[in-house]
Amino acid sequence: MTQSASNFLVVGERTNITGSPKFAKALKAGDWAVCLEIARQQVENGANIIDINVDEALIDGEATMVKFLNLIAAEPDIARVPVMIDSSKWSVLEAGLQCLQGKGVVNSISLKDGEEEFLRRAKLIRRYGAAAVVMAFDEQGQAATRDEKVRICTRAYKLLTEKIGFPPEDIIFDPNILTVATGIEEHNNYAVDFFEAVKIIKETLPHAKVSGGVSNVSFSFRGNNPVREAIHTAFLYHAIRAGMDMGIVNAGMLGNYDEIEPTLREHVEDVLLNRRPDATERLVKFADELKAKQGGATKTETKEDLAWRAQPVEERIKHALVKGIDAFVDQDTEECRQKYPRPLDIIEGPLMDGMRVVGDLFGAGKMFLPQVVKSARVMKKAVAYLTPFMEEEKRRAEAAGEATRSQGKFLIATVKGDVHDIGKNIVGVVLACNNYEVVDLGVMVPADKILAEARRIGADVIGLSGLITPSLDEMVHVAKEMAREGFTVPLLIGGATTSAAHTAVKIAPEYPPGVVHVLDASRVVNVVSSLLSPEQKPAYMEEIRAKQERQRQEFAARRTRKPLLSLATARDRRPRFDWATVDIPRPEFLGVRVFDPVPLEEIVPFIDWGPFFSAWELHGRFPQILEDETVGTEAKKLFADGQKLLDQIVREKRFTAKAIMGYWPCNAVGDDIEIYADESRSAVVTRFHQLRQQLEKPADQFNHCLADYIAPKDSGRIDYMGGFAVTAGHGVEEFAKEFKAKGDDYNAIMAQALGDRLAEAMAEMLHKRARDAAGFGRTENLSYEDLIRERYRGVRPAPGYPACPDHTEKRILFDLLGVTKATGIVLTESCAMSPASSVSGWYFNHPEAKYFGVGKIGRDQIEEYAQRTQRSVAETEKWLAPYLDYDPR
Amino acid sequence: MGSMIQTYGLTEADFRGDRFPAPAKDLKGNNDLLCLTKPALIEEIHGKYFTAGADIVETNTFSSTRIGQSDYELESIVTELNLAAVACARRAAQKAEAATPGRRCFVAGAIGPLNRTLSMSPDVNRPDFRAVTWNQVVEAYTEQIRALLQGGVDALLIETIFDTLNSKAALFAAETVFEEAGKRVPVMISVTITDASGRTLSGQTTEAFYNSIRHAKPFSVGINCALGGRAMRPYIEELARVAECYVTCYPNAGLPNAFGGYDETPADMAAVLREFAEAGLINLVGGCCGSTPDHIAAISGAVRGLAPRKRPVVPPAMRLSGLEPLTVA
Repeated sequence: MTQSASNFLVVGERTNITGSPKFAKALKAGDWAVCLEIARQQVENGANIIDINVDEALIDGEATMVKFLNLIAAEPDIARVPVMIDSSKWSVLEAGLQCLQGKGVVNSISLKDGEEEFLRRAKLIRRYGAAAVVMAFDEQGQAATRDEKVRICTRAYKLLTEKIGFPPEDIIFDPNILTVATGIEEHNNYAVDFFEAVKIIKETLPHAKVSGGVSNVSFSFRGNNPVREAIHTAFLYHAIRAGMDMGIVNAGMLGNYDEIEPTLREHVEDVLLNRRPDATERLVKFADELKAKQGGATKTETKEDLAWRAQPVEERIKHALVKGIDAFVDQDTEECRQKYPRPLDIIEGPLMDGMRVVGDLFGAGKMFLPQVVKSARVMKKAVAYLTPFMEEEKRRAEAAGEATRSQGKFLIATVKGDVHDIGKNIVGVVLACNNYEVVDLGVMVPADKILAEARRIGADVIGLSGLITPSLDEMVHVAKEMAREGFTVPLLIGGATTSAAHTAVKIAPEYPPGVVHVLDASRVVNVVSSLLSPEQKPAYMEEIRAKQERQRQEFAARRTRKPLLSLATARDRRPRFDWATVDIPRPEFLGVRVFDPVPLEEIVPFIDWGPFFSAWELHGRFPQILEDETVGTEAKKLFADGQKLLDQIVREKRFTAKAIMGYWPCNAVGDDIEIYADESRSAVVTRFHQLRQQLEKPADQFNHCLADYIAPKDSGRIDYMGGFAVTAGHGVEEFAKEFKAKGDDYNAIMAQALGDRLAEAMAEMLHKRARDAAGFGRTENLSYEDLIRERYRGVRPAPGYPACPDHTEKRILFDLLGVTKATGIVLTESCAMSPASSVSGWYFNHPEAKYFGVGKIGRDQIEEYAQRTQRSVAETEKWLAPYLDYDPR
Repeated sequence: MGSMIQTYGLTEADFRGDRFPAPAKDLKGNNDLLCLTKPALIEEIHGKYFTAGADIVETNTFSSTRIGQSDYELESIVTELNLAAVACARRAAQKAEAATPGRRCFVAGAIGPLNRTLSMSPDVNRPDFRAVTWNQVVEAYTEQIRALLQGGVDALLIETIFDTLNSKAALFAAETVFEEAGKRVPVMISVTITDASGRTLSGQTTEAFYNSIRHAKPFSVGINCALGGRAMRPYIEELARVAECYVTCYPNAGLPNAFGGYDETPADMAAVLREFAEAGLINLVGGCCGSTPDHIAAISGAVRGLAPRKRPVVPPAMRLSGLEPLTVA
């Protein structure tokens, strides 16, 4: 081949409805997969540009063009090359131009409708940023002869370059390739006219290009592909020598000029070059002979490389996933199904292996996003194929009375302020592939919507995604909101900007039930299956928490961070109240009240059943969980069993519930609270010691400490705080043991779970009494829902928890109340309460009291706190170790 | 701008100002709105960059389109927003010019990429679906560009492009506005390369991208945002080779770290950009996310006196593109 021939561009014609009956059929049937396959094959066969033409009377040209171009945009193997939008309708061309991110070619415009329209369209094409094919066509019609072709092209060239500054290198002339060997004498010179016109155009119109639809030339020989192929090959040989730059051809049907059988080539060239009067007759005769010899038209084999099909099925699946080829996926998946014991094994085996390769290649920059999305679609198709088999397996298992894996519901969203969702979509697809129900809320989803939807659908896992850095803060916000609203489902964090370190340091601490960072979509299945498996979850979360704690420590040790505020500055940034006006209710009693026993039936209405279900790994809000699609049946059963056992416990008084509460006059002195013997405040009975937040916060936020909610001594006003301890634990272990002895672990666990619920319910109930005693409780008029959500004035923080992380304060509380004597609850050496199923805490009645986390504590506060609590610094550090902002060694 | 605004610790109330006492949506985070509700602050930030040595500042209008503002239900104030933004930047420019007689300070109208894309489907199961139409995008950009031009910007800067088709719609809109206004300003274009594959988010190589926007005859083309300067080098080199216009580079101050901050110091960033300049790859430099006035001062100092890139003579050829370039000489 000559140098110029090697530069010749092949414009694939098979996605042209007039160029390929197969494409026409698929397009009319709306079989887009076939349409795309045809497009892909042309690119594989070497098309440099693909021509797309959907002009057909019964097809909505604009919509079809847009749909097909958008589909192609998602196929990187096809979208790699530029597109030539081909239509006789301007509206279709313009619709197509609005879909091309690359620089494409419009095929075509001409002077057929006059200069004005021609220039208007050319100007728009330029504004859209495309090149243009200009047909040798004018107001009088199509140019057939050499001189007509040259005349019209020259006129168009001058108009374009001189009138509107159209770049000449972006003009592609199509001087009309017309059919030869028609039997009509005037047609005999058409090929020669074309070759000569091309030569003149290329010589006289600088930088302009020449193209043409080659198949047209051999139209007389339709049905005889070997001859047509020879004609095309020979035609191109001469046209390229004349200067033709590109041609619309069947990329799979081009031969080599030198390899055309010599007799055939001679006959063909006689026709094309109009070398003898009987040329047509001779070629027709020769063609018939050839056809008879070969037994009809032969199909040219596709040149697509199918070598990979010879590999083992696992390799083929991997290849299909990496290349995004879904043509064979059903057949390969079926082959796997014959080989593997269970459909799930195929998903978790070859399919996920392939997806991991995709993830690795993507991470290494060897694949890019559209391909990854494509791979996910192949994956989905494979899973769709397996789904009926999995359902069948499930039915069989159920029929055989075996437990089946209940699907989990995964709610996923890109957080507010972020629009990037491709990674999220991939995660969604991969999970859906693995039989999880995925509810995708889309992008820019505010926290309240995520929470509301999660509740509505009873999400088992919530996944947040984000790519931009501000999303990190939003994720922290969502985590806080989830904690605030009492969610217990795991929270997954993913997306390019997220990291295991940020998750450990910033997000996980905000949401105690558990936050897991997921590095990429290929790992999400393992994470989710671990989280939703009652057997695996505890160990898995333990491991995650340990890892996160390590990361936090490393982070704290490593970072050159903003130091905490000094204790003095933090105190200066405390919330300030106008103590002259703060409502301080005087409780109707001071001192201690003991409730022994508390009748169990009084406690029952205060039970928050939500945590009861989570204790059993059934996730969702009560009572909606009972109607939940997935776990509803199971939840109902569990609830009925729980109710039954609870009835028995209450009826037979199996547990003994005891409670104690007290109110005392007090004042804050610094961050300590002095408890007085009486309202004369002459004798200090004891002191509670509170810790203050030292993290630097935005200007509109405060550095909180529980002591802030108590009137300072120098305010001149007397304040009151309360304390309480409750237990439902007496009898729980014994009752559980009875079940265990009978081998009934189910009811043993149930008994413990109910004990915990009763203790929490009693704390709630007692708090209600405490608020009533303070007066404001009597006008609350709260529903069950309000109560469970703690929608009331006042808080009851428990020593050892975020607002007051020092567990040892429980000792002071226990002494002051006389808890052990009254209720039998004892503190272990690590200040845990025994029996379990006990709760203790303080009451703060300040109208603006709220829960908060103290967070990191600086050395200055620890040293001062050690003095206040009359302990050594070392001992103080031991008790508060997780909160230290420094390395005590 | 965004990073600087963050340092002021503004509250919802600041964003609302007196103008929007009861907005339909919370306004915190709508940084562009501050041109109306905290104009002095925005002017002050612009001023800091001029003082640091910037020759051009961008208006605070990255999201000032009706599509961007629809998140806040503020579509109706788009024109006003852009006018106010130009005014803030212009006042700062005039003050800087007055402070140093003879100095020229320029204002470029910043045009962001939109949060909806024309080339990609947000729904993996419907690859042909698009969340927005070409006409909607063109209308949104037309409205913004009309206001920026009316406000008197010295140039347009279509930036942080991750979907080329969106930027083509912006260029289409710019051309339409230029035609109707009977005047034009230089158009600067800047793409963002988001990952190690060296492609735009919509899948194009650098050269394919350049081919796609070249028809607009840009004043400059370049790369900004996502990657830090160091990682941008191969793509800047590619642009320097193919672009007949000026080449710009304004990276982030490094990659965002795990906590949303940026780690590259002014000295780091200046050193990287100085090397680009010494290698003759660039004509204009600057900073994107995380670049403080200190960064700009360091960069300005580092490249002072260095010769800008010489624009190559590019032979005429039909330069097409899909995701990859195709040159037909």
